[in-house]
Amino acid sequence: MEPLMAVAIGILFAAAIYMMLRRSIVKLVIGLMLLSNAANLLIFSTAGMVRGAPPLVAQGLTAPEGVVADPLPQALVLTAIVIAFGVLSFAVVLVRRAWEIVRADDLDRMKDTDT
Amino acid sequence: MNPQIALPILIPLLAGAVSLVFWRSRGMQRFVAVAGTGGLLATSLWLLATVSRDGILVMQMGDWPAPFGISLVADLLGTIMVVLTGIIGFAVALYSLATTGRGHEAYGYFPLMHLLLAGVAGAFLTGDIFNLYVWFEVMLVASFALLILGSEKAQMEGAIKYVTLNLLSSVIFLVAVGLLYGMVGTLNMADIARRLASLEGNGMVDVLAMMFMVAFGIKAAAFPLFFWLPASYHTPPVAVSALFAGLLTKVGVYALYRVFTLIFHHSPGYTHEILLWGAGLTMLSGVLGAAAQFEFRRILSFHIVSQIGYMILGLALFTPLAIIGGVFYIMHHIIVKTNLFLVSGIVHRLRGSYELKKLGGFYRTHPWLAVLFLIPALSLAGMPPLSGFFAKFIVIRAGIEAEAYGVTFIALLVGLLTLYSMIKIWAEVFWKATPPEGDVDPYPEVNQRELWLMTAPAIGLALCTLFIGLNAGPIHALAEASAAELLDPERYIEAVLGSGGERGMGGGGAP
Repeated sequence: MEPLMAVAIGILFAAAIYMMLRRSIVKLVIGLMLLSNAANLLIFSTAGMVRGAPPLVAQGLTAPEGVVADPLPQALVLTAIVIAFGVLSFAVVLVRRAWEIVRADDLDRMKDTDT
Repeated sequence: MNPQIALPILIPLLAGAVSLVFWRSRGMQRFVAVAGTGGLLATSLWLLATVSRDGILVMQMGDWPAPFGISLVADLLGTIMVVLTGIIGFAVALYSLATTGRGHEAYGYFPLMHLLLAGVAGAFLTGDIFNLYVWFEVMLVASFALLILGSEKAQMEGAIKYVTLNLLSSVIFLVAVGLLYGMVGTLNMADIARRLASLEGNGMVDVLAMMFMVAFGIKAAAFPLFFWLPASYHTPPVAVSALFAGLLTKVGVYALYRVFTLIFHHSPGYTHEILLWGAGLTMLSGVLGAAAQFEFRRILSFHIVSQIGYMILGLALFTPLAIIGGVFYIMHHIIVKTNLFLVSGIVHRLRGSYELKKLGGFYRTHPWLAVLFLIPALSLAGMPPLSGFFAKFIVIRAGIEAEAYGVTFIALLVGLLTLYSMIKIWAEVFWKATPPEGDVDPYPEVNQRELWLMTAPAIGLALCTLFIGLNAGPIHALAEASAAELLDPERYIEAVLGSGGERGMGGGGAP
């Protein structure tokens, strides 16, 4: 399972960076979305893929027996998803406003502030 | 209980919430802005008094013992940064009473400002690396919204670059945190440091160090990752520029200091060597960029980049004196840089332009403003007896003692070029004759009361600069104490985890 995840995450990162390097700002936002999803999947897989072993402590013990799924990365991913959702919705609105004001979907036409 | 460690985070959050409640009441929002940032300044000074007396202060959130819960840690560096946040927040809040138009206030300028300050203070005080990421995001979201306040064309173009590169940096940071967790199984920075010490020689550690360096390097605007900064910092309302210039990049610098003194300090020959080259090139590219500009705020933006190089230089040399210099430089720079942006705003208010070609004659018409510009400008360039002289002096002396002559030469050269840039602004804006009426836009109307509201914070920050310069002994002692803490990470680890091994029951934070 892990090698498959690793390949999938790699493809997602590659696709994200390819999209971000395009000139269109819409594709830029799609790249950002893919990028945050790739990062989330990566955190998810750092804990190792454990199937059917919830981190529950049996009565009378202080630590779970055997190998259990690590709940912490899932909590991290949850936080990261919420943050990424908020930031990306801002980015979508920003791109829309930028298009309304600049009337261009081309980063090459947004160079006034560059130096 | 030590409430003062959480208050610098809670007060801005509360002030933000209160000003959201009074969404329609302009007067109330303005009152809360001054009261909230004043409260932040007061509690941060209280925190500084406690920390410099009792040493590192720790608080465990929800009373969960250290490696399991989130710890708030106030060591001297973090506390100094929080005090500077308080000073800048208060100054900018006063200033924005005069510069923020009704339109900007109606779109939530003040709640966003409080949120930004809460994010910055949280980043300085947290002892948990994932929590650091969360505070970074809090700060970023607020800064995104502040950056596009007013929705002008230039702001949109700048914001797209700012948002993209900062999101990229956040993702790299997040990935590095995830991989670090996969390796050591903990998120508490003190615990990470303790466990990584037993993993020495693992190649993955260096990979992670580089990922953190790139992520924080983008935030700190280090070479070659700084291009978002000069593209965006000159576009928002001037109070926002001043706030960003003072605080945001320095959060990145702080994170670099924290991570590369506490966690990744085992192979300085590799990581700190890269930092050293990065620092030299940051200084040089920033100052050369500034030399080509003829717009007030663009020049100042490029100088942020070049000054970041000095701070990273202090970290990269990694000797006690260099760290002292770096911390001293951060203190000096935050105050001086914000002050210069405030002065640029006053000039803009009086003449309606930031273009050097369209300005002139201020020494004749407003001599007091010329003095007000000259104090931070000469301090930035490193003239004695102002604060910048001592900051540069310590860093450069540390460079010579560490026999890093190449970078030291760059640092001296950049000091000279900084002086050139500042003199350029002085000559164009203050010294040369006023351009003939036809070449400039008509002067805007100036309300004397507003002008005083804008000038007061600038005078206050100029006095801070003079205070640091003329009273350098105690400030140097403070920087020295914080450098001693940074170079002895065991003290930080023990304060957070307790000396009783991995499962120590927290430090002094437990009630």
